[in-house]
Amino acid sequence: MGAIYRREMGAFFTSGLGYVFLTVFYAFSGYFFYTDVLSSKMTDTSPMFVSMFIIFIFLIPVLTMRLLSEEKKNKTDQGLLTAPISLWELVLGKFLAAFTLFVIAESIIFVYAIILKYLGDVVWQTLIGNYVAMLFLGAAFISIGLFVSSLTENQMTAAVVSFVVMLILYVYDDMFLGRISNDKILDVLSALSFRSRYVEFTTGVFSAGSILFFISTAFLFNFFTIKVLEKKRWS
Amino acid sequence: MIEVKNLTKRYGDKLAVNNISFKVEKGEILGFLGPNGAGKSTTMNMLTGYISSTEGHILINGNDILEEPKKAKANIGYLPEIPPLYLDMTVDAYLDFMFDLKKCKLPRKAHLNDVCNLCKITDVRKRIIKNLSKGYKQRVGLAQALINNPPVLILDEPTVGLDPNQIIEIRTLIKKLGKRHTVILSSHILPEIQAVCDRIIIINKGTVAADGTADEIAKNITNEHKMTLRIEGATHTASDKAEITAAIKAISGVKYVRADMEREKGIYDFDVETDGQTDVRRSINQLCREKGWNILMLQLSDLTLEDIFLKITMGEELGKDSEKAKNESKPRPVINLVTEDEIAENSADDGDEDKKEDDE
Repeated sequence: MGAIYRREMGAFFTSGLGYVFLTVFYAFSGYFFYTDVLSSKMTDTSPMFVSMFIIFIFLIPVLTMRLLSEEKKNKTDQGLLTAPISLWELVLGKFLAAFTLFVIAESIIFVYAIILKYLGDVVWQTLIGNYVAMLFLGAAFISIGLFVSSLTENQMTAAVVSFVVMLILYVYDDMFLGRISNDKILDVLSALSFRSRYVEFTTGVFSAGSILFFISTAFLFNFFTIKVLEKKRWS
Repeated sequence: MIEVKNLTKRYGDKLAVNNISFKVEKGEILGFLGPNGAGKSTTMNMLTGYISSTEGHILINGNDILEEPKKAKANIGYLPEIPPLYLDMTVDAYLDFMFDLKKCKLPRKAHLNDVCNLCKITDVRKRIIKNLSKGYKQRVGLAQALINNPPVLILDEPTVGLDPNQIIEIRTLIKKLGKRHTVILSSHILPEIQAVCDRIIIINKGTVAADGTADEIAKNITNEHKMTLRIEGATHTASDKAEITAAIKAISGVKYVRADMEREKGIYDFDVETDGQTDVRRSINQLCREKGWNILMLQLSDLTLEDIFLKITMGEELGKDSEKAKNESKPRPVINLVTEDEIAENSADDGDEDKKEDDE
């Protein structure tokens, strides 16, 4: 796992993808920080965190698109799958590498917090709660992206499909939930809403259930990825 | 060391590998020989655990590749048809990665130095793999397979795309490696297999067509021995041809005689096939002495590995194809010197080539 993690981290920066990801992430989050927080002349960071969801939809697919698809295309997966490692190590190594880069990106929040501190009071509990929510939402999305990447040999396909999946998760509330009148079904379906679970954190509520939901999603999709790799061997 | 039992691989309806069984002992260099698409790479991918088998078992050093993949894989160094290289890494970074990936416990620096020296890539260790020539890439691939000193080396067409010098170097290297490792290599190049391998398995259409040393295979494939004779008759006319053919045919042990073209004026060549048990050379010699003929040439044409290969891989179609070619009677320039037999032979050759292309 360590070997794959280190190689993947190196590849992010030798390929330039890591720099592009960080730059775009910082640029957009900075923009949201300016429009949602600074120009409103309030220290409430909630609108900024709500907007951040959009960055994930665009950028996480970029982070995960080549993780497995490129291996398959260049036949380097032959080296990985014939090495004495388990598929868990392989998938987790890749997942953690993407996750690390994501953590580096989102930690920019603390820079914004320090800026805010000079201008007024920062509600640290809400901020850290939001930071944690972003972490786990990111983990869930990365595992979805990694799963999509395992399905194709083409990184562009992987990126576009992951983007569409995450976009559907973003508009999920408006698209589906608004049309359902049956309360019981609505309860079940709204429990699956990534967006409303995430937005809840920005209002200052720390929901352990939602964190668990994100972790479960991450676990489930990493598990699916392993099954995809396994199935390839058996087909 | 390696034991393969009833290995079968099916892709949907297509049977890629059909019930292959063989054993490889420690320190043996085994060559897989077969035309493109015969199932060599599929078999190797199954041996290394990259893909699973539909049926059958593979034991590597006593470990089943599907039951105990980690243990089995730790015994194997694999160079696939396309070396699994990360093109944007330097050779050093890549080998470091493979060292970690294989969980190698040997002293890192010394071991990597050894491997690089062995594969002669020490000069390029700081370079990015993308910029290396094909030969160097292949050698980096080989170096990668050698990391952790695996007892079994599986090399899929290791010399493809190399220049003649590099091919010789790699062959020498493989021979050297064969002293310490069990090696399986595949190729569709015959001299290569002949030069390097102790034992050969010929694979055709997913089945083992032959298994043994080159000599053993040659003996099993054919019981006949062929020779070409040039005999000077008494009259130096075409009537000699028939007379000599008939006389040789009468010798016991001769299965088949065919008069070939006129090589010197009034003198003909004869292709003779025997049953393999009797040595007819003395009888022929005696016959010629009695009749007053002169033997100007006697050439034994034992089957080369190439003939064997062709015979095995396209044996059945050969007859059909040549007949087909005859029936189609393609317009071709006929040179006076060429006999009808030769035309038939040429068209049979063409048939072979068509077949080869189809295979590819």
